[in-house]
Amino acid sequence: MSTPQATAESQAHAPFLQHHFHEPVQQAEAAKIGMWLFLVTEILLFGGLFTGYGILRMLHPDAFHHGHTYLDRWLGALNTVVLLVSSFTMAMAVHSARTGERKRLVRFLLATLALAAVFLGVKYVEYSHKFHEGLLPGRFYSHKGDPVPGVHMFFSLYFVMTGLHGLHVVAGMVTIGWLLRRALRGHFSPAYYNPVEIAGLYWHLVDMIWIYLFPLLYLIS
Amino acid sequence: MTGANYLTETRGLRSWLFTLDHKRIGVMYLWSTLLAFFLGGVLAMLIRLELITPQKTLMDADTYNKVFTLHGAVMIFLFIIPSIPAALGNFVLPLLLGAKDVAFPRLNLASYYLYVAGAIMALASLVTGGIDTGWTFYTPYSTSTGGAVNLVTLAVFVLGFSSIFTGINFIATTHKLRAPGMNWFRMPLFVWGMYATAIIQILATPVLGITVLLLFLERVFGVGIFDPKLGGDPVLFQHFFWFYSHPAVYIMILPGMAIISEVIPVFSQRPIFGYRAIAFSSVAIAGVSFLVWGHHMFVSGQSVLASAIFSFLTFLVAIPSAVKVFNWVATMYKGSIRLQAPMIYAITFLLLFAIGGLTGLFLGSLATDVHLHDTYFVVAHFHYVMMGGTFIAFLAGLHYWWPKMFGRMYSETAARVAAALVFIGFNATFLSQFVLGSRGMPRRYYNYLPEFQALHVLSTVGSWVLALGLLIVAGYLLASLRRKPEAPPNPWGGMTLEWQTTSPPPTHNFLEQPVVDRGPYDFPPLETEEETVARSA
Repeated sequence: MSTPQATAESQAHAPFLQHHFHEPVQQAEAAKIGMWLFLVTEILLFGGLFTGYGILRMLHPDAFHHGHTYLDRWLGALNTVVLLVSSFTMAMAVHSARTGERKRLVRFLLATLALAAVFLGVKYVEYSHKFHEGLLPGRFYSHKGDPVPGVHMFFSLYFVMTGLHGLHVVAGMVTIGWLLRRALRGHFSPAYYNPVEIAGLYWHLVDMIWIYLFPLLYLIS
Repeated sequence: MTGANYLTETRGLRSWLFTLDHKRIGVMYLWSTLLAFFLGGVLAMLIRLELITPQKTLMDADTYNKVFTLHGAVMIFLFIIPSIPAALGNFVLPLLLGAKDVAFPRLNLASYYLYVAGAIMALASLVTGGIDTGWTFYTPYSTSTGGAVNLVTLAVFVLGFSSIFTGINFIATTHKLRAPGMNWFRMPLFVWGMYATAIIQILATPVLGITVLLLFLERVFGVGIFDPKLGGDPVLFQHFFWFYSHPAVYIMILPGMAIISEVIPVFSQRPIFGYRAIAFSSVAIAGVSFLVWGHHMFVSGQSVLASAIFSFLTFLVAIPSAVKVFNWVATMYKGSIRLQAPMIYAITFLLLFAIGGLTGLFLGSLATDVHLHDTYFVVAHFHYVMMGGTFIAFLAGLHYWWPKMFGRMYSETAARVAAALVFIGFNATFLSQFVLGSRGMPRRYYNYLPEFQALHVLSTVGSWVLALGLLIVAGYLLASLRRKPEAPPNPWGGMTLEWQTTSPPPTHNFLEQPVVDRGPYDFPPLETEEETVARSA
């Protein structure tokens, strides 16, 4: 076995160093590569939906145009601002972790969590309005009086795309909650903060996907 | 060997179920995928038995549809895709790199449990109605048929994550955990093959994920994206499906090629010919694989121009593939060839893969494909590539690394007999199907015209010989676990790092951190003819 003494020594300097890495930098870089690769898979996952959106919009241009008028673009814009600000607070959380300011880290993580909750709250208001009007996906669409056929296809994509994005927001909130717990226990320091950093990368991606969803769904003209 | 190794250091079921050791996870993957292969094999035998007569033999048509669907789904998603990367690759990749483990051991274990969960979901379909869509789940049939399609699509979604996690692990490990001195061109070619495979796993699998998810939503919520009645497009499903599933074919074959690149130099005791060409051809195959999916849809109403472009791009795949084959053959030239089990399978691979690859060109040509599409010719082609290629390479790798994994040697005589039976049985089973297909026997049919019976009987009898050969393999490999001789650290004279540690390796792989100062195939020079003459004189 590798000398237990050396292992114990490096453990004392870097408490979260896993046994198969030589040094914390190597571990942090590996984690970053892993997260970037995961983000690539996320982009391709949504990429399939964006492609489907492109094809169906090409097949039903009028239905998509009419469908988007049922969305409240001000609520969509509000949510865009909310997520952009949350990306800022997340970036500040990473910065605070890097500089070792624990209180600020906790505050910024809390702010990000709160903004994510606001986003989901707005989404809830929008969804319940759509449910009420019968603006539901595909087979369940029951809204009457559309001047063009096929509006249900717009709402199929609206719900699948925003629904999948919403699940990612929830996953991000769980991750940030976990970071918060670890931050409160004092796990993070300028020598070890890569969980905050890679969770930050994920959160920016969730934000970025919304940046694309907002014009594609709310701003068709 | 003395001292504790990864198999004996800790004991008990819990020490396996919660292990983070890449070797133990690899071994668990190995037994699980072999179990899946056994199940898929039994289903294949049932299919062949049913087809021995032109009419009903032992099952009705609905059951037959379910059996061939499950055979395909089990073999693809539960055996071929995970077998080499997640079972053998998990075990040897960190050893080949001189690392103590993969970059993310917990993700690795999560990958295994996702595999188990997906496998249970897929197999639960057996008792919840079965599925009869074929492993390709084409819409609109798959959105309208009954049975357990929902369960199986979710299983495929879960299995996709398992595959993605393995890919992420391998790329991060290759980048960050190479031993000191191991630069990119001192990496064994197996690692290059795994790296190329991981690229495809990461880029293609998410698209399959969203495709099966949309199929699931279509069935449950009627979202209509693939439903022409609601304004959707069923051909879009085929595009999505093959955008993953054609690259996935290379997820299956690249690891096989990676094994052959290890076995041939060691059993020829010659440096590999064209190291860089083989390394880059793996990456080239991975790249081109994303641009050829449309060749599955020549008769699905895509435009002639698109078909012509896809056909041309498909031919491009032949270039890096042929680069590999010629380099392997050139490596053997003037080598000191030892025909032991791994090498016998490697040569079998060369023969069968050549047939599988060349018949792929027939199918990639627009004019011949119209005639051969959805016939037994296609079935024979992909079995030559998937079974004659990947599975035979898997056997080569299994025989090559078995002594390292379990510390035991198997019976070489039994291995030779089995390899001969596998070769004869395989060719009898599938060469006949090329002929059947070119004469117009459609795939997936339950009944057929009487004039096809002779070849079907030949194919079925061939499947019995093949199964007998594989049972012998199972027999002597399992027997070796209970019997001596114990394996030495380096039974084959390999130069890569896994042979520098004990068999089986200790828990942390190496007692001392290996340092690399040469290439992976720098064998000592063979003696020249004059030297041989001088020595014997």
